[in-house]
Amino acid sequence: MSTQAAPHGPAGAVATVNAVAHRYGNSVALESVTLSVPGACMVGLIGPDGVGKSTLLSLLAGARSLQSGQLGVLGGDMRDAGHRRAVCPRIAYMPQGLGRNLYASLSVRENIEFFARLFGHGPAARQRRIDDLLQATQLAPFAARAAGKLSGGMRQKLGLCCALIHDPEVLILDEPTTGVDPLSRRQFWELIAHIRADSPAMSVLVATADMDEAAQFDWLVAMSAGRVLATGTAAELTARTDTTTLEDAFIALLPQAQRAGHHRVVLTPRAPVAAPVIAIEARALALRFGDFTAVDDVSFRIERGEIFGFLGSNGCGKTTTMKMLTGLLPASAGEALLFGHPVAPGDLETRRRVGYMTQSFSLYGELTVRQNLVLHGRIFGLDAARSAQRIDELAARFDLTAVLDELPEGHPVGVRQRMSLAVALLHEPEILILDEPTSGVDPLARDAFWRMMLDIARRDEVTIFISTHYMAEAVRCDRISLMHAGRVLTTDTPAAIIAAHGVATLEEAFIACLERAGGTTRPDAATNAARDTATCSPVPGAPAAPASPLRGSLRRMLSFAWREALELRRDPIRQALALIGSGVLMLVLGYGITMDVENLSFAVLDRDQTTVSRDYALNLAGSRYFREQPPLRDHADLDRRMRAGALTLAIEIPPDFARDLARGRPVAIAAWVDGAMPSRAETLRGYALGMHLHWLATRARRGEGGAAPNPFSIETRFRYNPDVRSVPAIVPAVMPLLLMLIPAILTAVAVVREKELGSIVNLYVTPATRLEFLLGKQLPYVVLAMASFLLLMLLALLWFKIPLTGSFLTLGAAALLYVTAATAIGLVMSAFMRSQTAALFGTAVLTILPAVQFSGMLDPVSSLEGVGALIGRIYPTTHFLTIARGTFAKGLGLADLQLPLLYLALAVPLLTLAATLLLRKQAR
Amino acid sequence: MRAATVWHLGVKEFRSLARDRMMLVLIGYAFSVAIYIAGTVMPEILHKAPIAIVDEDRSPLSARIVDAFYPPMFMPPELISAAAMDRRMDLGLDTFALDIPPDFQRDLLAGRGPALQLNVDATRISQAFAGSGYIQIMITDEVMKYARGQGAQSAVGEVDLELRNRFNPELDKSWFGAVMEVVNNITMLSIVLTGAALIREREHGTVEHLLVMPVTPAEIMASKVWSMGVVVLCATALSLRYVVQGWLAVPVEGSLVLFLVGAGLHLYATTSMGIFLATVARSMPQFGLLLLLVLLPLEILSGGLTPRESMPFVVRNLMLAAPTTHFVMLAQAVLYRGAGLAIVWPQLLGLFVIGSVLFGFALARFRRTLAAMV
Repeated sequence: MSTQAAPHGPAGAVATVNAVAHRYGNSVALESVTLSVPGACMVGLIGPDGVGKSTLLSLLAGARSLQSGQLGVLGGDMRDAGHRRAVCPRIAYMPQGLGRNLYASLSVRENIEFFARLFGHGPAARQRRIDDLLQATQLAPFAARAAGKLSGGMRQKLGLCCALIHDPEVLILDEPTTGVDPLSRRQFWELIAHIRADSPAMSVLVATADMDEAAQFDWLVAMSAGRVLATGTAAELTARTDTTTLEDAFIALLPQAQRAGHHRVVLTPRAPVAAPVIAIEARALALRFGDFTAVDDVSFRIERGEIFGFLGSNGCGKTTTMKMLTGLLPASAGEALLFGHPVAPGDLETRRRVGYMTQSFSLYGELTVRQNLVLHGRIFGLDAARSAQRIDELAARFDLTAVLDELPEGHPVGVRQRMSLAVALLHEPEILILDEPTSGVDPLARDAFWRMMLDIARRDEVTIFISTHYMAEAVRCDRISLMHAGRVLTTDTPAAIIAAHGVATLEEAFIACLERAGGTTRPDAATNAARDTATCSPVPGAPAAPASPLRGSLRRMLSFAWREALELRRDPIRQALALIGSGVLMLVLGYGITMDVENLSFAVLDRDQTTVSRDYALNLAGSRYFREQPPLRDHADLDRRMRAGALTLAIEIPPDFARDLARGRPVAIAAWVDGAMPSRAETLRGYALGMHLHWLATRARRGEGGAAPNPFSIETRFRYNPDVRSVPAIVPAVMPLLLMLIPAILTAVAVVREKELGSIVNLYVTPATRLEFLLGKQLPYVVLAMASFLLLMLLALLWFKIPLTGSFLTLGAAALLYVTAATAIGLVMSAFMRSQTAALFGTAVLTILPAVQFSGMLDPVSSLEGVGALIGRIYPTTHFLTIARGTFAKGLGLADLQLPLLYLALAVPLLTLAATLLLRKQAR
Repeated sequence: MRAATVWHLGVKEFRSLARDRMMLVLIGYAFSVAIYIAGTVMPEILHKAPIAIVDEDRSPLSARIVDAFYPPMFMPPELISAAAMDRRMDLGLDTFALDIPPDFQRDLLAGRGPALQLNVDATRISQAFAGSGYIQIMITDEVMKYARGQGAQSAVGEVDLELRNRFNPELDKSWFGAVMEVVNNITMLSIVLTGAALIREREHGTVEHLLVMPVTPAEIMASKVWSMGVVVLCATALSLRYVVQGWLAVPVEGSLVLFLVGAGLHLYATTSMGIFLATVARSMPQFGLLLLLVLLPLEILSGGLTPRESMPFVVRNLMLAAPTTHFVMLAQAVLYRGAGLAIVWPQLLGLFVIGSVLFGFALARFRRTLAAMV
């Protein structure tokens, strides 16, 4: 594969590890590892879960930053960021977990294409290579299917395609077949062997807990508790320990203390029962999703105390059947019965008797393991003492005592499976429904698990319904059902099934059974045919020709943008919310925010009761600002009604008002204003004074006493908005508000979501820089925000009929700068935060208040005080608001608005820089 | 619904929240610093209003007029040329520009009735309204005093309008701004906390596990409602006591307990709303957008930012269905006007009814969408 001889370390080592140690908080993942990994061969890291295999691999891939020790990969120091960037195109890394670095809403082809773009294949070479890989992995028929809808095995194959797209020299696979059914697993290894045959120089590093798999590898590293136990070929290891199988060899290599706990599983056959009680029964169960039939006519009966296995490949309907039995999914047809009662969704009593372990991790990541167990105990109504006792028992049984007070997150799959199992068993259920409980669990723990299953089934007569794809486990069941494509093919004891097919092992029986059912699961002919045409050799002119650094950078950025845009396109609801939502908000807020203070309620306490005093009240009531309420009786009435908020203005006209006025004596009218809402009170005071003057002027004109005509006049010109209407003033101000909040919230989860879901690892191990990653993510949202800007413009012009008097181009350019800044604010939060919830809340807190109150929408920024004034002055919304009002109402253009434009232009790089600095290029 | 289950699930929510340090920092910020900033920023409408004066008269009277404008109501006036006026207003530097024509003083004393020109930037509606009225009164005052001093005939039988402000004599906006910000953050936080918590459970697959336990949807929902409600209520009480009353020294007239009872009912409604939004949104990004769509009208049109009376008829009545409207009314009545239960019971009732409707609605939807969550 590598045409230029790779500058490997001493003695052809692809990686040299020297005294590398790693810890997560207080827990030690790697004690001190020193190792030299030979190149151009298949290296296996073996050992049970939680011994540090994954940590070591992620360090080798450059996904995690090195804490102590030296680590050289492909002839350079992995501490050196320059070296990492140089070698990461030569390394491919597939993290643990089924398709954790894939994008669920993208199709199979699009996932591969994203990685191809990232590594810079030309369009033609890219398509050819993708076709080749799809052929070789037999994923071609599913090229259009979304990655999230693939079975585990297919997902792993897709992950491999994505890893292989750039012809790596080093392929790092972290438990690639964990949770994959045997057929898919076999195909996977055949595929790897085939690829290695094509490119013998490639080094493959695999972590696995499966010793049968590991026995096939060229060179092995046996690990335990963060240390290397031994290295060498499988033959060397067995010879050294004087054992026959690798599994025994590994156990022999373990320190004495750990070895002591291990015993072989002894099968105790189930004693025949005279009158069996049926615990679980399925009668012609079926479930259809639209046209797709997930489960078709499935029937079986499981006796009390029986261990009943469900065997089948990924996606054959096992999980769906189990969900119907637990009442999680309603059946389309047929009936499910537990203890003879039909499963009803609201039947809490039955749920108490059932323990269910789902495939997804069922513990809360934010609670410690103990807290999780306690919570489950409480929900099932266990009293505190019993609960504590059970927790201790289970912790000891599942070897969880050490991690009991730790958070479940960060522990390897196998340990997490044991935690889930402990949760399912806590309330001593009579029926256990376990959906692939041992998938990803190492062989030692698996044996321990089975000993316990047998124990509780035989001794406590607990009925166990378990699904698995390990044949070795299926053999241990009392009876099994073979399931394929939603149908049960056969149900019997394992021995009877083997005998019926006249074969030696259950696996062969299973395959024979599938072939009879017409399943094309051994497509050897097809595989070989595909292999003739499939070439996994490098495509000429692919990434070998390094373009200029700038073009490479641009290309990677566009790859991220392309991917993000695809995801956005798959989410029409989000687009609709962003576009229609901004339009709706514009309408609601445009009409709703109004500064015209009208319809203020007032009442008069008229102690004069003359025509003059009534005239004064009429004068107020005649304006559109005031609305008269029933007159006030006394001060107590006044107090009560003001306190209730029924009056905003109360006026008291003194006794003898008319008489004093006529005699030219000074009179005073008292007025109380509700100050609870200061802005309204201020406006009201202005109105009241105005109406008062108006009344005096009218009297003066009529020649009545009380005032002299003014010797001068003031001509007030309301500019830009001559009618002083709210709508023309508010609508251009709502636009900046919406164009800040919506784009910021769109990007707020963009990065942190990848952190939560795991695909952030693609940033860690590819040559992409943080800036490329961020800009790429930003681009689609800028486009969406500009679309929303145009929509808002149309609304303003055509619906609200507010003329744009200034330059549209200036406004458009400013909008572009502005939405870029807004999306960058979201990215800053997203890069900084660790949970989506915090990112959302943080963005809302940091955008709504400044945009609504500090940016001049209602009060000009120059009138603000304190920190808010400071924020207002530097906040981008302020400057875009100036531009929006300037271009809408004031007829301004580029020449007049250079300053605010400059501010906006400055905000973009500053915010982007902040986001870049806050984002990490490696995991800790 | 069993109380023990609801209690334990709620305690779980507390523990989850306690793990998210960043979230705690944000909540702390939202209920302390953000309140303080919002409380101190809000100017009275006429606070440092920028004004420019074109003095073409340069007489003692025009000087008097210029001197009449000073902080805190107005910025010290910029004396500018007639030519600069338009440009400054275009750039939004001034809200008001007063033009005193040549020979104003002479014409006045000669009784020729000269005219001053006041230009107002009417896009700044809030200042434009109240400010132009004030400026007219101030100038009239100055001119009259001057005219009287010059022996002009004094007006007989003056009629004064003595305006007094109740509940907030100085019309100090920090009282208002701080409390309204507390109200806004109550709404925002409660919706985010419950909604995001539910979506998070769904995205991480733990809802499925809850559903096979002896737990009903109503219990799941009630546990989130009460626990997140308590978190927000505590933050509110602390914020009112120590930030609003302590740090900002805002005098609170009415009973804090009554306000907190109202806040509790409000939270009943908003946390239910959070659950409802989470059943509508399929992912966190969608939830974020939905949140904005709901939150902005709730906050801006509740009467906390602009007076309800002046909203268009349709908006005003539609907003009666929003819990924030009633809560803002209650907050203003209790905290500023010292209103008691006898006055605010309609708001409490309104909040309870809206909360119950939202809870029922959310629960129905939650039940219906549970199957899709698995």
